[in-house]
Amino acid sequence: MRSLRDAFITFRRSPLLSALSVTTIAFSLFAFGLFGLVALNIRQALNKLEDRVEIRAFVAEGTPSELVDGATADIETFPEVQSARTVSQAEALARAKRELGEFRDVFEGAVLPASIDIKLKPGSRDPATVKRVAARVQAYAFLNDVRYGEEWISKLYRLRNIASIAGVVLGLAFAAVAVIIIGATIRMAVLSRAQEISIMRLVGATDSYIRRPFLLEGFAKGVAGGLLALLLTWIASLLINRYIVETAFFDERTAALGLLFGAMIGLIGSAISVGRHLRSV
Amino acid sequence: MIRFTHVTKTYPRTGTAVQDVSLHIGKGEFAFLTGPSGAGKTTLLRMVYLEERPTVGEVRVSGTSSLDATSRDVARLRRKLGIVFQDFRLLENRTAEQNVAFALECTGAAPATIAPRVARVLGQVGLSSKGTAYPRELSGGEQQRVAIARALVNDPFVLLADEPTGNLDDRATRGIFQLLREINAAGTAVMMATHNLELIKRNDFRTIEMNRGSVVYDSAEHARPQEALEL
Repeated sequence: MRSLRDAFITFRRSPLLSALSVTTIAFSLFAFGLFGLVALNIRQALNKLEDRVEIRAFVAEGTPSELVDGATADIETFPEVQSARTVSQAEALARAKRELGEFRDVFEGAVLPASIDIKLKPGSRDPATVKRVAARVQAYAFLNDVRYGEEWISKLYRLRNIASIAGVVLGLAFAAVAVIIIGATIRMAVLSRAQEISIMRLVGATDSYIRRPFLLEGFAKGVAGGLLALLLTWIASLLINRYIVETAFFDERTAALGLLFGAMIGLIGSAISVGRHLRSV
Repeated sequence: MIRFTHVTKTYPRTGTAVQDVSLHIGKGEFAFLTGPSGAGKTTLLRMVYLEERPTVGEVRVSGTSSLDATSRDVARLRRKLGIVFQDFRLLENRTAEQNVAFALECTGAAPATIAPRVARVLGQVGLSSKGTAYPRELSGGEQQRVAIARALVNDPFVLLADEPTGNLDDRATRGIFQLLREINAAGTAVMMATHNLELIKRNDFRTIEMNRGSVVYDSAEHARPQEALEL
């Protein structure tokens, strides 16, 4: 209880230094949050693209419709498959006309092949899996033409891998910078109370007693900085949304996780700074 | 109570600070620690409160040994010691009362007992009326009294004073020394490092003289050689 009061008193005794630490933590986390926002939106865009990964198996002309329906039902039981749907000749034509818009008269009197359209489950949309499912589908004698945009899928996946790796590397770099900056501000807070700490030791305070208010203080600053960073990121996303491009914001869980991350950085930064100080005097 | 057994302290860069010192300070004793600057007085005192550990030998203080004391043991030991320095080491942003109370607060004293204990020691050092003054509002002698009050508030068995009068004029020095004698008379041992030969000559207390890290004279072991101090 007393360390809680002590931590609070520190805020009051040196409001400038405390505000500086909170702001520094907030801006480090804000940079991290902005980066996270970009990563999140790239990921969502890629996921949207990935939703369009599809296998289309064209049905040979003259195949009885029971046979096609049987195959569709069969394919739907594949573990990788989310849904399979028979598209009749008439439907194919209607779709083509709809998709081509003003050029729809090109298809006047044309005959398009029927097909089975296969959607894959999320997680089964990588090039290797798509290729494997396509090969299995091709085993039906009347499904001789199976297409899935092989090149497009591998390009999408390469892009996704690059985005993930860049995300992890940049994210770690940003986090490291945040930790270093926060550690420095906390070290400043510790040094500003060096005399107090030396007297505490002289009169017989235990190290854990000395450490406690600093840990609480670091935790509180981390939470405050995290909240401020979250607010700033939210405002930034609103502005981007309004003036530049539609963006998604973190869901509650990610936001809470970010806050926890801030608190942990504050706590760990304090523990390291105080520990180093106690060992050095 | 305080026992040094063949204690040597060597620093990697500056060499030997204390060389093969053996001595014993008994309960309630008053001992001067004297000698030129750099003789090892401060290092010796620092080893009493285990801020430094001997490189060779053992320091044993009230059952705590320098050989195996943990940081928690050291903290517990210091609650039974009072320590005073030449530069007072008061917290500038706290009043005299708060400075004294600080020592109790951070050693886990029951909150209700703090105020009366602080009032008692401030009375003992003659500062009852200055409890709410900040250090900058007090004279050097008064600041040292606050520091002594802080050292006494945990009822120590020994008061370690490292040049407590080094920053004070003659009048304040006499006052502080008188206070230390009273504290000693009440049963607390006092170990006082000082340059002030006048003080030592005028009082018939045990005198331990150091030079270059060694004890060169201890009045507990010899008859007091008046002429040595005349130098």
